[in-house]
Amino acid sequence: MTEPKEFHAARWNEPVVMEMGRPGARGQLFPAPEPEVAAAAGPDPIPAAMRRRDRPVLPEITEFEAQRHYLHLSQMTLGMMGVSLFGTCTMKYNSKTAEFAANRPELAEVHPYQHPDTLQGVLSIIHEFDLILRALSGMDRFVFQAGGGADAAYTMAAVARAYWADRGMLHQRTEMVTSVQAHPCNPATAAAAGFRVVNLPLEENGYPSLEALKAAVSERTALVMINNPDDMGIYNPEIREWVRVARAAGALAFYDHANFNGVMGRLSARELGFDACMFMLHKTFGAPKAGGGPAVGAYGCTEALAPYLPAPLVVEDGRRFRLDHDRPKSCGKVREFWGNVPQVVKAWAWARAMGAEGIRLASDISVVANNYMDKKLGEIPGLQRSHDNIAVRRMEMTRWSLGPLKEETGIGTVDFANRMADYGIDPWWMSHEPWIVPEPFTPEAGELWSKEDIDSWIDVVARIAREARECPEVVRTAPHNQPVAQVRGEVFDDPARWAMTWRAHLRKRGGGASARGAA
Amino acid sequence: MRFGLVVNPVAGLGGAVGLKGTDGPDTVAEALRRGATPQAGPRARRAFAILARSRPGAEVTAAPGALGAAWLAGLGLDLRVLDLPPLSGTARDTRLAVAAMAPGTLAVFAGGDGTARDVAAALPAGGAMLGIPCGVKMHSGVFALSPEAAGHLLADLVSAPARVAWTDEAEVMDIDEAQLRAGRIAPRLFGLVRAPRGRGLVQAAKGMLRRDEGAALAAAAAEIAAAMAPGTLYVIGPGTSAGAVVRALGQQPTILGVDAVRDGRLVARDARAADLDRLAGDGPVRLVLGVTGQQGFLLGRGNQQIGPGLIARAGREGLVVLATEDKLRALAEPRLWVDTGDPALDARLGGYVRVHTGAGREMMMRIASGAEAAASRLTEAS
Repeated sequence: MTEPKEFHAARWNEPVVMEMGRPGARGQLFPAPEPEVAAAAGPDPIPAAMRRRDRPVLPEITEFEAQRHYLHLSQMTLGMMGVSLFGTCTMKYNSKTAEFAANRPELAEVHPYQHPDTLQGVLSIIHEFDLILRALSGMDRFVFQAGGGADAAYTMAAVARAYWADRGMLHQRTEMVTSVQAHPCNPATAAAAGFRVVNLPLEENGYPSLEALKAAVSERTALVMINNPDDMGIYNPEIREWVRVARAAGALAFYDHANFNGVMGRLSARELGFDACMFMLHKTFGAPKAGGGPAVGAYGCTEALAPYLPAPLVVEDGRRFRLDHDRPKSCGKVREFWGNVPQVVKAWAWARAMGAEGIRLASDISVVANNYMDKKLGEIPGLQRSHDNIAVRRMEMTRWSLGPLKEETGIGTVDFANRMADYGIDPWWMSHEPWIVPEPFTPEAGELWSKEDIDSWIDVVARIAREARECPEVVRTAPHNQPVAQVRGEVFDDPARWAMTWRAHLRKRGGGASARGAA
Repeated sequence: MRFGLVVNPVAGLGGAVGLKGTDGPDTVAEALRRGATPQAGPRARRAFAILARSRPGAEVTAAPGALGAAWLAGLGLDLRVLDLPPLSGTARDTRLAVAAMAPGTLAVFAGGDGTARDVAAALPAGGAMLGIPCGVKMHSGVFALSPEAAGHLLADLVSAPARVAWTDEAEVMDIDEAQLRAGRIAPRLFGLVRAPRGRGLVQAAKGMLRRDEGAALAAAAAEIAAAMAPGTLYVIGPGTSAGAVVRALGQQPTILGVDAVRDGRLVARDARAADLDRLAGDGPVRLVLGVTGQQGFLLGRGNQQIGPGLIARAGREGLVVLATEDKLRALAEPRLWVDTGDPALDARLGGYVRVHTGAGREMMMRIASGAEAAASRLTEAS
């Protein structure tokens, strides 16, 4: 191991933009309109009903000062360009080529209410990407309306509801079966759609047993929702039999491909027997996450489920594309319009650039990189792999535990996350709920980072593990090299102590006087 | 926050020399004869050293000598020593020390389940306790993970109380050691107390579920109560999980005993086996059960009032099980154990049962018989 690079974030102790500036300062000074223009517009160009009565409460600041302020703010973030082995998220580089494609006016300046005849280019890309995902999954039809993975899981629950209602069996098929290690959006969205949730615990092999599944499914089961590999990084080799058992009970089977990166191009949901699956374009397919959105959950299903898909669908009619709204059995909408189309275009650009061979290779690299990282992490005392008794190799990520180190030093995974930022590393991803292992963390090396990047990330982990023994207070009180000190999580429980807008801040803090600079 | 310390100097002595606990003077003598060295005092010192390092001068009231104060000397704490009558070398010392602590003091003890019972028994109303793990048996929910974890918890109570969560329902459990040495685990719930717990600080990234396990359990209990079949005798308890169903019916459960309900009415409180058999008559029976913490016993541990006859009548399909997801996750193995005293019945109960964990939420759990195997595994672990 080598010592991590020295790092210190910028710290600009300046007020928020609403508190900056001085009366009369302006970003732009516009000349008075030419007489001809003024005459054409008339004395009151804005209708009275649309005219605002008060001047907007905006900061009065020059363009240069505004630019400088936002540069400072950006300097105080980690910029999402560091080594971020953020498991379950499949962090990828969002290429400038894809950004360029999505920013072209043919896409950036169109509106979903335009006539489809004027949207043929966009519609053809959506259709082509649908075909690409069909090739990767074996499904018959994809829809991109869902605004993220959880929304795509909800799409499945909504499709299942419509499917069973259409057969007059919704009162009987009331249960959704999933694994305790599935993404939490599976039980959550099924519950939101009105299904009861039956969870299967992990057993000795690190995944739920087939017997548990057999005991759980019945004529009451509407749907089985599973990930594979799961967030432990363990691939369930009995998956084909799982699907057979689910379908033998009459249930629909849904493959949540949140962890597709480890198996891209190596298996197909259809071949395994699934009725439907979901891909996250904002992770696996290289579109940006953008801090919680906009994202896309691409939902695909067999022809049997297609009538229930949310409308509209992009369909090819001869040599033209149109939007098919006339779908009487549709489950309705899961989001407005056709989804986050710029993200679909970026994912399409990624898939076209990679090609089928490239996608397969990326998957293999991500598995190899994780296994390299896994071995090196195992050399750091105090860290423990989840289900350490299992010899089978992990796929593209591994759930780890700081349990032994926490017992020894009192330093846990939240402390580590805080301290990592002191080395310029994004705080790691711990685990979705529930925490099945104590003090979890879940690194995922992916195909992006070099061996050197992965090594430097591990160096930071090793360094903090050493600090936990030698100077635990430093870790417990981290971060120290960041513009803000440790954030006290409990304030998020009290809405009186945070505000999402300046107006809410003034209302909650009663700080009318601090609205300085407002015109 | 004021801290009190009482050390059970012989706690844990039995474990290292192959005895399954240290209850009673004969066992202590046997352990010492086998060469055991006392470890509770040094472990208490490890915990308080961490408090002293991060909060020098923190105020601690300790029992005298080897019962507490001796282990804190020179750490730089503001140490006050309790004035106690002459020591007897028995559990009475622990109880007197806890009773002498000022109101509002967190009673920190170094010991195992037996010590936890003594501390709980002497704890004033509204008092709280925290265990530094030193025993052979530690099935109670009042122990920190390690002496160091206990020390950090104490330091946080002084300087960062937001890092600490409290529960009013930490279980004080103990096992009959004579039975344990004979290879049987028989844990019993002796009471519920207030105890601090380290709280995983919420990180904003991706968000974490804010789940109220108590509310989830109450919701599951309400569903069960609403779905009760008419004319069926529901035998309920013991424990808070099963008791939540009695609460859902608007009654107070007997937490440490078994109640029975039929047609929404409480027909027996703290019932004995004979009462239950009589009430059941020839009618249908269902058993509403919780799960013992950590070991995961469903039947045959702490609920012997529910006899094999009644269990056989209910069958696996007649079991209505409640537990929080946290409790199921904390089990030593993903199994629920039964030991009804009738091996054939145990075998028939084997298979999967749906455990109600919240409103519209269930967890499939495997029921295993062969409690002997479980006992040997669990005692090896302790």
